[in-house]
Amino acid sequence: MDRRWLGDLWTWLDARLGLSYVQKIAAKKDVPVHRHTIWYYLGGMTLFLFMVQVATGVLLLFYYRPSAEEAYESIQFLMAEVEFGWLIRSIHAWAANLMILTVFIHLFSVLLLKAYRPPREITWISGIALLGLSITFGFTGYLLPWNELAYFATRVGTEIIGVVPIVGTFMLSLLRGGPDVSGATLTRFYAIHVALLPAAAGVFLAVHLFLVQKHGMSTPDSVNAGEQGARAMPFFPNFLLRDLIGWLTALAILASLAALFPAELGVKADPFQPAPVGIKPEWYFMFMFQSLKYLPAHILFMEGEAVGVFAFGIAGVLLLLVPFLDRPSIRGQRERLFIWLGIAAIAYIIVLTILGYTANPTQ
Amino acid sequence: MRRRFSAAVILACIAMTVGQADSALAQEQQDTCLTCHRALPAGRLADPATLYAEDVHAAEGFRCIACHGGDATVVGPAAMDPDKGYIGTPERQQIPALCGRCHSNAEFMKRFNPALRVDQVAEYETSAHGQALRENDDPNVATCTDCHQSHSIKAASDPRSTVHPLNVAEMCGDCHADSTRMEPYRLPTNQLDDYQTSVHWQMITDGGDLSAPTCNDCHGNHGAAPPGVSWVGNVCGQCHAMMADLFNESRHSRVFALLGSPGCATCHNNHDVHPANDDMLGLGEGSVCARCHTDEDPGGQTAVAFRSAIDSLRMTTEEAHALLLRAENAGMEVSQALFELNGAEDALIKVRATVHSFDVDAVTTETEAGLEIAVEAQSRGREALADLRFRRLGLVASVVIIVALIIGLVMKIREIEHGA
Repeated sequence: MDRRWLGDLWTWLDARLGLSYVQKIAAKKDVPVHRHTIWYYLGGMTLFLFMVQVATGVLLLFYYRPSAEEAYESIQFLMAEVEFGWLIRSIHAWAANLMILTVFIHLFSVLLLKAYRPPREITWISGIALLGLSITFGFTGYLLPWNELAYFATRVGTEIIGVVPIVGTFMLSLLRGGPDVSGATLTRFYAIHVALLPAAAGVFLAVHLFLVQKHGMSTPDSVNAGEQGARAMPFFPNFLLRDLIGWLTALAILASLAALFPAELGVKADPFQPAPVGIKPEWYFMFMFQSLKYLPAHILFMEGEAVGVFAFGIAGVLLLLVPFLDRPSIRGQRERLFIWLGIAAIAYIIVLTILGYTANPTQ
Repeated sequence: MRRRFSAAVILACIAMTVGQADSALAQEQQDTCLTCHRALPAGRLADPATLYAEDVHAAEGFRCIACHGGDATVVGPAAMDPDKGYIGTPERQQIPALCGRCHSNAEFMKRFNPALRVDQVAEYETSAHGQALRENDDPNVATCTDCHQSHSIKAASDPRSTVHPLNVAEMCGDCHADSTRMEPYRLPTNQLDDYQTSVHWQMITDGGDLSAPTCNDCHGNHGAAPPGVSWVGNVCGQCHAMMADLFNESRHSRVFALLGSPGCATCHNNHDVHPANDDMLGLGEGSVCARCHTDEDPGGQTAVAFRSAIDSLRMTTEEAHALLLRAENAGMEVSQALFELNGAEDALIKVRATVHSFDVDAVTTETEAGLEIAVEAQSRGREALADLRFRRLGLVASVVIIVALIIGLVMKIREIEHGA
């Protein structure tokens, strides 16, 4: 009885949505199986965490009030008075951090496995765009509780933009909505966080997923060069069920972090107070922040910080252009230079991040 | 003696005239006193001229002749001609009037310091020092120069001044802690030692609070005298206004007056005022009530009731605070409850002040107001900790469900792949 009812529903929907077409594609889609297959799950896990972010973010919007006068109090009310408000906010905060972590791991796994090789250049570019959007999500969302830590970290973070020659001052003022971080910055960041970034992320995510679907999973050169080549497993249901295990594991980690280490609120921001000692940015900015601290005040005719910002800008552009710069890979040759560069970048990020948390903040 | 002094001055002036450039002499021509006395060997005659360089009066342009008279435009003994008003070292009995020539003249003083009072001499006349000087012609009592110095007078706000709040106690103690000097007056000499154990001294020295009282704040600046038994409360009430008002309206105020007890000092002491604590109340160890009351008289029973009220409010507040801190340290959001608990801590302060009214109803009313807040905070703390336990249980349940789902998925994958 039930099965007949489900069958009727499927037929009805298929006639209108073309579900059998999707089913055919899913049935044909295979995922290579080799010793690096585990890295294929990172993209799906990032997507899961993004969906968690969207769901919890929408729920937070029911209570959050985006003004310097009310933001902190609205979060305080949410955390103390609203049923499961603490859980929603804590999951939102932890999922943000985990998502940026999985984005980084996904990026470096793709870089080291050279999954950006033709014809996947645009997949890579859309992925880098999503990385940039994820970091911007983190930066804008961090200010929204309007607490002391967020306020001063944002002040330091936005100051870095101000050192860019010629356009720095204008960009700083545009971003802050005035000369300093204020209520205008909060509403600006709020609009960016809940409207502009989700719209942009939606577009790039659609492109990224479409291209992954179109080109399938890339098989590393080392696997292709083997005598056996790569085995494969069906995407549906074999890979999807394994993906679900990853998602459930991520959910269990998220629930544990939220219950055992709920997101803190701290003290309300007071622009007239001095900045607390040793103010630090979020962990994913730490390597850049620490690098800038090691630069001398002046390098040649430029300010040291401006040189640092310029260098990170150049590094970002080079990262974006990796599929076009790695010419041996385009020609199908095995070339390890970009693998070593990727390993060097990972080591640099890890060492500078550790130094950021362990070095004396006054140095 | 006088002849030898004149010879020394003349020699000094000749040496100055020969040894220094004409221009230097010309600059000081208007004050030959300083020119000659600075040239003398260090000692009684030269030191005043040296010290005076940093005197507040020198900074305002006053010269030696302002106090000592004479003629500072001529060199040598002629400058010290009594016919020109020279008085030499003023007699101690002359000093208050000498200082008062300027300091009691409002018209004159406002040209230099309009905020400075001009009643110092009048006040001094009311002091134990002034009365002994005037009535007994006692040359050993303090006059203006004993406290302010003679030739190195500084503003009271200058930390180098002997009358700066940090230095007043030591300055008074120079005489009042000296048993030899105090012996003829049959005055005790333990005040300085006692005061330096007090909370007031701690506030000044450790706390850096220069508004905390030192000798002159209770005894008067110039009208220094022991406060009368009946008006000690007014002295303490300068700062502790609320307690003084409550005490003045209380039964104890009248009883103490009848008994000749010195008001506040009866329980809190006079010079060795230590931080008040709850042990002073009731009839237990450290109680001041027990000095007069027992558990058999209504006063003793009231004291016990006061102590019990304060203890219950304090303990409830502390317990609420501990509960909320435990919850906060576990990551619970209890900042609003912690903020509201400040109301109970304020109430505790108020109850401790209200005790000075010795009014059972007033103390009960204030205690109940505080207890209401503290009990509410306690309940918020317990709720937060219960919520924390619920979260942990919820986490365990969620993880169990998720793990079960994962096991189910693994089995499903095996079933599919083995079937294939």
